[in-house]
Amino acid sequence: MTTIAKHWRLISLTALILSAGWMALTALFFPSGTGGRIPAPRQGFLAPDFELTTLDGQTVQLSRLQAQPVIVNFWATWCAPCKAEMPAMQRVYQQYRDQGLVILAVNATNQDSRQAAADFASQYNLTFSILLDTSAEAARQYQVRALPTTFFIDRAGNIHDVIVGGPMSEGLLRAQAEQMLAEVP
Amino acid sequence: MLPTVQLGPLTLQAPGLILLLAVWIGLSRAEKVSHHAGISADRFYNLALVMLTAGLIGARLGYAARNIDAFLASPASLLALSPQMLSATDGIIIAFAAGIGYTQKAKIPVLHALDALAPALAILMVGSHLANFASGAAFGAPTRLFWGIQLWGETRHPVQLLEALAAALIAFGIWPRAGSAAALPPGLRFVIFLGATALARLWLELLRGDGGLVFGGLRQAQVTAWVVLALAAAAGARLLNPGQKPGK
Repeated sequence: MTTIAKHWRLISLTALILSAGWMALTALFFPSGTGGRIPAPRQGFLAPDFELTTLDGQTVQLSRLQAQPVIVNFWATWCAPCKAEMPAMQRVYQQYRDQGLVILAVNATNQDSRQAAADFASQYNLTFSILLDTSAEAARQYQVRALPTTFFIDRAGNIHDVIVGGPMSEGLLRAQAEQMLAEVP
Repeated sequence: MLPTVQLGPLTLQAPGLILLLAVWIGLSRAEKVSHHAGISADRFYNLALVMLTAGLIGARLGYAARNIDAFLASPASLLALSPQMLSATDGIIIAFAAGIGYTQKAKIPVLHALDALAPALAILMVGSHLANFASGAAFGAPTRLFWGIQLWGETRHPVQLLEALAAALIAFGIWPRAGSAAALPPGLRFVIFLGATALARLWLELLRGDGGLVFGGLRQAQVTAWVVLALAAAAGARLLNPGQKPGK
């Protein structure tokens, strides 16, 4: 202990001075962050763009929805947690759509069917857009490994948060929606 | 990166599993050495249980308080099993407040309690970095070095693994050994853990690609870590020379 006590001040001062120098070096030569500049399915990154068709045949391109917060939810009709969170998503959509919130429910049509998705949307009275990912291209771009997986995309087109798995609670959906809507466009 | 583990029809979140494993290993290993800090295994477990419970409740209440409108509209969500609805900062503050409350009630000196917790916290740090590696969080800056890994569209420093290695070295360094109880004054083991963890965070931040800035290009994490390091240095000086005022 006497050795530690004897050298503590010297070790501490050395560590603090060298660390301050390291901080300056980092600030000068190593700019922080790569998020927001390249597309990747990760919080802080630019949301990868996709173009898919809806159940009624309309085309939706994500990048055209900039300036609006978007919830992109990957789902399938055979996925129980996906089904469980849909009513909450509908309620949140109904409350916030007038403020600009968009929900894109991307059906994993390559492992589901268009008819099943249509029946499901009708049964649950879903009024947000149901997109058909027939080739799984969007799921590949977003590296979806489990259903449901939900991406919250802010007005600037950057990923605000990612929730893998479900069902998401209504409180979580509302909290995320309100955080994104509160951001200045 | 391994965000999920598929077990038949079950999809398990690998980062959560790693964290749970780290808590279990940390507590079970730290329990065996808690007597070095003058605390019996039973009292150590009670302390850890109080802190864990209070931390979880505090983290959920903190998240709810920060999103009060959402939870007023959907109060049942307060009880939802969503790990995403936790505020880590609030959880840590409430856990330590509850821990201090328990030590007062059980008449355990706070410095002894902190020393007993340090090994468990050190293992939890290793687990948290490995969980980050599994989820792809706290990722590295782009690199062309041989050790680069493909992540989020770039070849990046495997900074989560380097941070896990640093945390493992810290755990090894502060782990109580025979005879060490007499070697360190109460509280110093925790202070060394805190200082070394801050030092590792500050130096490895250079390799991270997700850092936020505060001012003048300085990184937020480094500024915070430097302040923690300074506090740990001052606290250590005080513990080693209890009769001397800091700065003299």
